[in-house]
Amino acid sequence: MSRILLIEDDHAVRVGLGTALGRYGHDVAAAASGEEGLRLHREHAAELVLLDLMLPGMDGFEVCRRIRGAGTVPIVMLTARGDDVDVVSGLEAGADDYVVKPVEPRVVDARIRAVLRRAAPAASAAAGRTTAWGDLVLDRAAMTVTRAGRPVAMTPTELRLLLELSASPGQVLSRQQLLESVWEHSYLGDSRLVDNGVQRLRAKIEPDPARPVLIQTVRGFGYRFGPV
Amino acid sequence: MVLAFVAVAMVTATAASAAGYAAARASLVEETQRRAVETVRDQVTRLAPETAYPPDQQALDRLRTSLGPDAMVTFEGLTSASGSTLGLITDDLRARVARDDGFAVQRVADDAGPRLVLGTPVLLTDVDGSRRDSGVDVYVVHDLAGTEAQLDRWTRVVVLTIAGALPLAVALALVVSRSVLRPVQRLAHSATELAEGNLGVRLTPSGRDELADLVATFNDTAAALERSVGELRRREAEARRFVADVSHELRTPIMALTSIIEVLRADAAGRSDQDLELATMAVDRTRRLARLAEDLLELSRLDAGVGDLRPEHVDVVHVVTGTVRTRGWADVAVAAAGPVPARVDVRRVDLVVANLVGNALRHGAPPVVVEVRAEPDHVVVGVTDHGPGLPAGTDPELLFGRFAKGDPSRTSSDGSGLGLAIARVNARLHGGDVTAHDDPGGGARFELRLPRRPEVSADREDDREDDDAPA
Repeated sequence: MSRILLIEDDHAVRVGLGTALGRYGHDVAAAASGEEGLRLHREHAAELVLLDLMLPGMDGFEVCRRIRGAGTVPIVMLTARGDDVDVVSGLEAGADDYVVKPVEPRVVDARIRAVLRRAAPAASAAAGRTTAWGDLVLDRAAMTVTRAGRPVAMTPTELRLLLELSASPGQVLSRQQLLESVWEHSYLGDSRLVDNGVQRLRAKIEPDPARPVLIQTVRGFGYRFGPV
Repeated sequence: MVLAFVAVAMVTATAASAAGYAAARASLVEETQRRAVETVRDQVTRLAPETAYPPDQQALDRLRTSLGPDAMVTFEGLTSASGSTLGLITDDLRARVARDDGFAVQRVADDAGPRLVLGTPVLLTDVDGSRRDSGVDVYVVHDLAGTEAQLDRWTRVVVLTIAGALPLAVALALVVSRSVLRPVQRLAHSATELAEGNLGVRLTPSGRDELADLVATFNDTAAALERSVGELRRREAEARRFVADVSHELRTPIMALTSIIEVLRADAAGRSDQDLELATMAVDRTRRLARLAEDLLELSRLDAGVGDLRPEHVDVVHVVTGTVRTRGWADVAVAAAGPVPARVDVRRVDLVVANLVGNALRHGAPPVVVEVRAEPDHVVVGVTDHGPGLPAGTDPELLFGRFAKGDPSRTSSDGSGLGLAIARVNARLHGGDVTAHDDPGGGARFELRLPRRPEVSADREDDREDDDAPA
């Protein structure tokens, strides 16, 4: 039973999807506007936010930025437009994943579970509880990251991405591999998710995100973890 | 262009001077010759009556003396000559004088300079007025040195004139070329700008010549172009907005339906068989409606030019295998000799291949084989089934039309009728195509052919990587 906050202005979608997700075992709170959604989120923090981008009043991007600014709760966007710009803007606003409407409730459920699984300790945790690179320390069992002794707030997606990349230092991981291991998407997933995730991760762990030393881009292939 | 102007000016100035010189020279020579002939004729006319006939040597000498220093007079065997230039009187000239009644003139030149040799018979006028040849021939050598000196002076004048006129002509040419060519250059520059898409470019007209007319025409054309392109862009933007709006308006209720019907069907499972059957049917039809809407929207997006290509470096064999695997098509075989690396939009290739395979499974007969083949510049994905082949007597191209039904007997329950149209638009977005034909082994074969490195569309993947520091 996970607490889901559904922010969706269309009444039928809100009720229909809310009910269906309830049948899948989620505890769904629904909001009809961005403002209401933010209020609900403050009152009882959700474990995951399902956010429609086209909202009257405060739009989904702004809601996304505000939720992201306040914490690390995973956000899955519901996009209705076929416009690719929506997806990019949503990812830049801090969303972890997205589904395109119309989508069947079981697909949404699967996506929600995949996102929430990212917060679970990695299978490789036993291999070494903690690893340090400079002043950055990753505790694989506790699923925490500290930098210079201070905890770094990470979304489950960022944390899982760091775990996957750091599990095989020096090895190049393709975007497709990362999509499958972190996002649990099929090979057809949107590689922009990976690029966006890497950018956000760099912003949190790299001393200078513009000149990354921990996560290297390997042109045409993917990413490689390894302090240089 | 300026050089050409200058060259033309130079040639013109030189040619004009040279032509003037040649004409003047010809007329001077003519005049000199005419005067010499006149003089001799006057002398002969005046002296002839004073001479007794037939003349003796003394009479000939007298006649010769009055003609001038270089002269010769002959009468049958007698000759009276003086001067050093008489060798110039040729036999040819003498023959001509003997033959004709008129003047024979010959121009000769030797080391001493050019000379004019004149010869004429002396004619006698009888009391009855008739004229007859007296048998006396007169020859006079006229020195042309004076004329030649005159010509030399002229030549100098002409050369000086050309020397003086040339710089003037060049300067004039430069001025003209600037006033004519500069506006032409500006026009050409503006036309280039216009062609590059700066539709706001205009020229300031000056003067009232043909060039000014041309500038006005250019401005009108640019304005008309700007108007129609603006209109076109406005409509395009409108179309895009419409597609986006329709997309939202259509997807939202379908999304609601999809969710609600799934709940209803779950509830119906506990009730009568009829309820369950109806609910299941509703779920199925909702899915089909969703798919039709998606296909329509996809096509509208492509038509509105919203569809952009996001090419990535991939192994097409891997993509095709994934397409078949994720759709759960266990009995579809993928055949490839090895990896086929290419730069394609994975999502679109998946869509096209899924369409072709889905089509083959619905309309053809198993086994369906997907073959991926590399050509130097292309990647070819062939989907072959073992059914009856393409519908007989149908143009394969018609299959790619919208809502085309390859088999008229087919019920409307499968597919949206847009699949192949979408496949083709997606292939063409890559700069490739999809074609259909009968396979030699029976069955139908649909072939997707894509360039391995599409030149259209920006390198988005690479652009993205440029944001990071390269490894």
